[in-house]
Amino acid sequence: MSWETVIGLEVHVQLATASKLFSASSTRTGDEPNSNASLIDLAMPGTLPVVNREAIRHAIRFGLAIDAEIGRRSVFERKNYFYPDLPKGYQTTQLAEPIVGAGVVELQLEDGTRKSVRIHHAHLEEDAGKSLHEAFSDETGRAMTGIDLNRAGTPLIEIVSEPDMSNAEEAVAFARKLHAIVTSLGISDGDMSQGNMRFDVNISVRRPGEPLGTRTETKNLNSFRFMEKAIKLEVERQIDVLEDGGEVVQETRLYNGETNTARAMRSKEDANDYRYFPCPDLLPVLVSEEEINELRDALPELPDARKARFVETYALSEYDADLLSADLATAAYFEAAAKQGGDAKLAANWVMGELTARLNTDDIGIAQSPVSAGHLGELILRIKDGTISSKIAKQVFDACWAGEGSPDQIIESKGLKQMSDTGELEKIVDDIIANHPAQVEDYRGSDEAKRKKKIGFFVGQAMKATQGKANPQQLNQLLQQKLNG
Amino acid sequence: MAIDSKVVAQVAHLACLQVDDNETAALSERLNDILAMVDQLQQANVDGVAPLAHPLDVSQPLRDDQVTEPDVRERVMPIAPATEEGCFLVPRVIE
Repeated sequence: MSWETVIGLEVHVQLATASKLFSASSTRTGDEPNSNASLIDLAMPGTLPVVNREAIRHAIRFGLAIDAEIGRRSVFERKNYFYPDLPKGYQTTQLAEPIVGAGVVELQLEDGTRKSVRIHHAHLEEDAGKSLHEAFSDETGRAMTGIDLNRAGTPLIEIVSEPDMSNAEEAVAFARKLHAIVTSLGISDGDMSQGNMRFDVNISVRRPGEPLGTRTETKNLNSFRFMEKAIKLEVERQIDVLEDGGEVVQETRLYNGETNTARAMRSKEDANDYRYFPCPDLLPVLVSEEEINELRDALPELPDARKARFVETYALSEYDADLLSADLATAAYFEAAAKQGGDAKLAANWVMGELTARLNTDDIGIAQSPVSAGHLGELILRIKDGTISSKIAKQVFDACWAGEGSPDQIIESKGLKQMSDTGELEKIVDDIIANHPAQVEDYRGSDEAKRKKKIGFFVGQAMKATQGKANPQQLNQLLQQKLNG
Repeated sequence: MAIDSKVVAQVAHLACLQVDDNETAALSERLNDILAMVDQLQQANVDGVAPLAHPLDVSQPLRDDQVTEPDVRERVMPIAPATEEGCFLVPRVIE
């Protein structure tokens, strides 16, 4: 009998504000430890929080993008627990009255089917500091943990989905879509390698038709690849436990991407009682209709609209348009390359093919690509105008990736220009025919169908002689002319 | 809800308070007195009354997104029990 998987996500998105949620200290990363931790972030007695307007507006922008009800009134609460990277002894967050209510995110899966994932709500909260478990010790030599509170108080939205996903692929598609939405809105840089977007995945399995099984939560996944692997691993584990007659324990699990293993972090028995209550230091936040309307009118192009435009403007397939429009940086790259190269289909193929493969191999983002959109546009231009063949283009791309210059410079310096001089090519073809009498005789003795295959030998010889620089159409034409005689 | 020594120990644990075993009985009694008063409040009929988030009927003033806080690291480091390389040190935390 089969198993059904039920997946829900909690996604933390760091908001792109200059200052923190409750204090006017900088959210910048990479500075000296604790240099961006103000007296408020340090929870010094007597300090009071003041809410950052832009964080509220960012959260509303997200709500509008997923067609959610916006909390005209939202309330900050204290979630109480003790951990050294949380100096106040509580996290200021929202619970009963969040800024963003129920909404929906539409997905298109790889096989073309559509799926809606409901959002339960999204709330604003502050991030904690960082615990550094490196080699710190006190004067007696006792091992210590270092605390850097630069991140403490950085604004986050936590997006909580309904358990609407039923496999790893759907969960990843949902995560990608959220990433596309928040980066398109410009409310987050979405940089997962920096932890600026992190995913907690709730997973349970059940027999079809039965009530929900006990779920586990795998925390802090910070790449789509790890997320997919972690879900598959956990689903397998739960099914194994149940098929062996055991029970799934409600627990929090930590996934290790390097070893593709996970371990239990804490079980429900140890779960904290967070003793939430409305924060007496903060008043309810009210948002006016005017402000909501103003933000709605100023929303930038969202992934779905961009995708529709790509299908319409560039005649791309739904699937290609989906891939290229999902990420703002990729979309901008594609559009710039397509515009300069004058061929959207070719630009799409290069971005999704060669470029994506190289980015994955080198494990870098499109913003770090050594081949810029301008370079790719130039390359496409040279394929289009017949200066180089597609095959040579790959060679030029590689050289450009290696930093050897722009495509035009590389074509020039390496002498990769396609041979357009018919006379020169004709001479090469004549030589080949003269040097291979047996193959020529064989060709001439074959019927039309076989000739089509046999001409390949001569094409190969000519490409070898010209180091791939012969124009394929021109060469074919010339060979047929000469051989058919 | 009646508070016994076990609940006192649990609450003390959550609040990171050190409570001696010989204190818990007295503490339970005092907490039970407070809860008795809260029970009295629970008798009030609140049907149709929205939960109160704050006693003042005003809304939260918001601030513009600008960095104005100075770097106070050099002033706060000396008051921490232990520091190293700009970090506050705490007893080892292992998850």
